[in-house]
Amino acid sequence: MTGKTAAAIASLFIALGSFGCLAFYEIGIETPIQAKFDVSSFQRVLVVGFLAGGSKGIDPNTETARLLRSQLRTKQDMKVIDSDAISLVTEVDRRRQAAGGVPMAGGTAVASGTPTASGVPSASDEPKIKDEKDLQSYDSIFADVDYWKKLGEEYQGPLIVTGSVLFTEVQKSGMVSHPREYIDSLGHQQVEEVREFSDRKGYALAPKFIFIDGRTGAQLYSESFREETYYPSSQNMPALSSYFELMDKVLPSFLSALSTQKIKGTRILLK
Amino acid sequence: MPIRITLALVLALGMAVPAYADRRSDAKAQVDFGIAVAQKGLWKEATYRWEKAVEVDPTYAAAWNDLGIGYEQQGKFDDARKAYEKAIELEPKNNYIRQNYDLFREIYDRQNRRRDR
Repeated sequence: MTGKTAAAIASLFIALGSFGCLAFYEIGIETPIQAKFDVSSFQRVLVVGFLAGGSKGIDPNTETARLLRSQLRTKQDMKVIDSDAISLVTEVDRRRQAAGGVPMAGGTAVASGTPTASGVPSASDEPKIKDEKDLQSYDSIFADVDYWKKLGEEYQGPLIVTGSVLFTEVQKSGMVSHPREYIDSLGHQQVEEVREFSDRKGYALAPKFIFIDGRTGAQLYSESFREETYYPSSQNMPALSSYFELMDKVLPSFLSALSTQKIKGTRILLK
Repeated sequence: MPIRITLALVLALGMAVPAYADRRSDAKAQVDFGIAVAQKGLWKEATYRWEKAVEVDPTYAAAWNDLGIGYEQQGKFDDARKAYEKAIELEPKNNYIRQNYDLFREIYDRQNRRRDR
């Protein structure tokens, strides 16, 4: 055996050894994420309705109640109670009137859940809740334990889902980058990044989900979110499309609050 | 006297190297079996095998890494963290282990933030 042959064999062994050390296998895993609070004592869940407002393009109360019910039906084990979404705005105004006060100004509130036949409130409807400040003047209802307990008794003590949803139009101006294709001096197609001033408009969604024990009226858990989406001002994006786009981002977190969810991913197994 | 000590050391080393090789070989067999069953979705069996592997050879970084994955898949986050961290301690420059650990930490930290609320 020559020196060269011996060196080649030695190199082969080293290479094989290294390969053996580096053997790896990509594998899919599903990591279980535990629910944020214990719902094991509830058999039923009631999506009551939301303090809602902002854009008059949609009725966030009705849309949110409908969307959450459909998600809860398919992605967790409790039975979802069928009921119309309650207008919490109307409930607070009714109380104010009963107490001798004056309800907040505004037309037929979007939040009152009275959309037109098309499902979208008419142009004359002005939401009573237009911003965070308006919302704060109504949110004392969430601390009214007796109200929620009474409501819970009507449905045999379910888990109550309520909260607030503010869906507002937003605008933003500034420099944005976008790719632009051009033909260079040699006739080849090229792409360059162009920065230019742009007016953009869109929507912001700020939901707060509150979970209440229907047997006691006590709050179990609450969580707030805020999502925004922007489009070029020349693009006419329907409010309802933007609403669903933004809710899609929030829904996984909402669902993981009350049921164990699995996060899919990949890991590397080593030898 | 120094010759005797040297001889004793050489003898001890000579015995230790095969023993280490045997341990690694046994642990590797467990790791291989664990990988085979994990690929079939039998995660409990796989995790059991990787537990055996680190028991036999506690210096086997790949086995600790795989054990971390097994625990993670079963939602045993604290055990998974310890296993991954042991793997990194043994092989700090292994990018695969680092990558697994980083992905795990994203979920682990999010879960712990929830508990704190």
